[in-house]
Amino acid sequence: MSVGERDPVTGHMTTGHEWNGIKELHTPVPKPVWFFLIAFTLFGVIWVLLMPSFPYGTGYFKGWLGVDQKQTLAERLQEGSADRAAWVARIESEDFATILKDADLMPIVRETGHTLFGDNCAACHGIGGTGNSGYPNLGAAPMLWGDDPQTIAETITVGINGDDPQTRVSQMLAFGRDQMLERPAILQLVTYVRSLSGLEERTAENAAAIDAGRELFAQNCVSCHGEDAKGQKDVGAPDLTDHFWTYGSGREAVYQSIYGGRQGHMPSWGLRLSPLDIKILTLYITDLREQRRATGGSGT
Amino acid sequence: MFNFHYRLERNAMGLVLAIVVVASIGGLIEIAPLFTIDETVEDAPDMRVYTPLELAGRNIYIREGCYACHSQMIRTLRDEVERYGPYSLAVESKYDHPMLWGSKRTGPDIARLGGKYSNEWHVAHLYNPRDLVPESKMPAYRWLMRNSLKIGDLGEHLAAMRAVGVPYTDEMIANATADAYGQANPDSTQAAGVTARYGEATNVSLFDGKPETLTEMDAIVAYLQILGRLTDVAHKTEQASVE
Repeated sequence: MSVGERDPVTGHMTTGHEWNGIKELHTPVPKPVWFFLIAFTLFGVIWVLLMPSFPYGTGYFKGWLGVDQKQTLAERLQEGSADRAAWVARIESEDFATILKDADLMPIVRETGHTLFGDNCAACHGIGGTGNSGYPNLGAAPMLWGDDPQTIAETITVGINGDDPQTRVSQMLAFGRDQMLERPAILQLVTYVRSLSGLEERTAENAAAIDAGRELFAQNCVSCHGEDAKGQKDVGAPDLTDHFWTYGSGREAVYQSIYGGRQGHMPSWGLRLSPLDIKILTLYITDLREQRRATGGSGT
Repeated sequence: MFNFHYRLERNAMGLVLAIVVVASIGGLIEIAPLFTIDETVEDAPDMRVYTPLELAGRNIYIREGCYACHSQMIRTLRDEVERYGPYSLAVESKYDHPMLWGSKRTGPDIARLGGKYSNEWHVAHLYNPRDLVPESKMPAYRWLMRNSLKIGDLGEHLAAMRAVGVPYTDEMIANATADAYGQANPDSTQAAGVTARYGEATNVSLFDGKPETLTEMDAIVAYLQILGRLTDVAHKTEQASVE
């Protein structure tokens, strides 16, 4: 081993190597670098021993702490359901009318229902259930398939034109596209249908169209929408005399509905949500409707 | 310890061997877990492959950078499982090349989006998200409705996927273009071939609502509707752990 000497300028020792008169200073690695190197190495070794880390030939080292994310999750989920157990049991066992009158349960329904509705239903029906073009207003409009809680729960579970084998099925025929009605006839029907809810006043100009439309309606539409055009809940045909329009009330929109038909689709939520979730959603929607009725908001 | 290194530096063969040992540690750490991959990745015998139309939609998903805001990975956390459904399993990404788990969650996780909303909703929402969700900050993707879908080369896309291990058959590759057309046109003669090759449960539908054209909208909606539905093994796994 060659012998180092002290460098007069810096005061450091040299390594003792010499290359054509050039010598190298022997500067030590800074202390903090050693400190962190050792500290992190130790941490790494301890972590490997505590946590699931290294695979063997078959299986893997599970760690001294025995941490298992899936197990932890299952425990967290169980804690969650234990927290909810008290009110969940009551919501599951009691009937709709009782819960709706219960001042202790309804705040929970409103809070939980708001989250469930926001995550699952609001994408189409809007926050607060106010509806969108193509998606009915759940807060105010009459429900297509009936609005008692049992029926609402059933509709949510099986869906409309959904994937569930029991799904509700409803289709408005494409009278124009499938060449059942000509364009002038559809225009007369549009005028008549809009006149049902007072969107078009009977005047000298459109009287003929309304009368012709009434004839056409009797021939083509009554089997689903009924003689009085008030719809039929067992086939999901909407009431045409009210002021709620799923697809819009303008002449263009009504023409489109008659020309191309409509086949709204609501997913079968029974395939995704639990019966409890659906019951909470039903209560939430029913409550929403009652509040809307109480405040007198139409919210079209 | 320092003496050991001093001696090692002066022994050529010893130094070479020591370098090989140290350099292989990193490789071992990466490779060793693969030895037990059969035990760590779940079995999903019922899992099906992406149809050509869904694969085309997946390519559009990548092209538009959807993964930059949407993850496809439900983590083992209580709030995610309660919101989205069972946590994602490794096997569910078995046919994803590249995987699209993502890590940025500006929008919601969409690992279990398939079937949650209707085709019409997806079309309207991609056309302009704010028509349906006023507070949404997602961009509108109107051109998807306008761009016709390039389906002539889908067979080659399938073949490329097969090269990295996705079990497409020769028949699937040969019929890729027809299958892509058929899946978006239930009334066409090509539709029967799709269910014959990819299973009865395949979603054959007028995705964008227009039979006369095959657009990029058809493809992306077909893809979004299959997310989380290639296999239901995740639902079974969760049930097993609850019991």
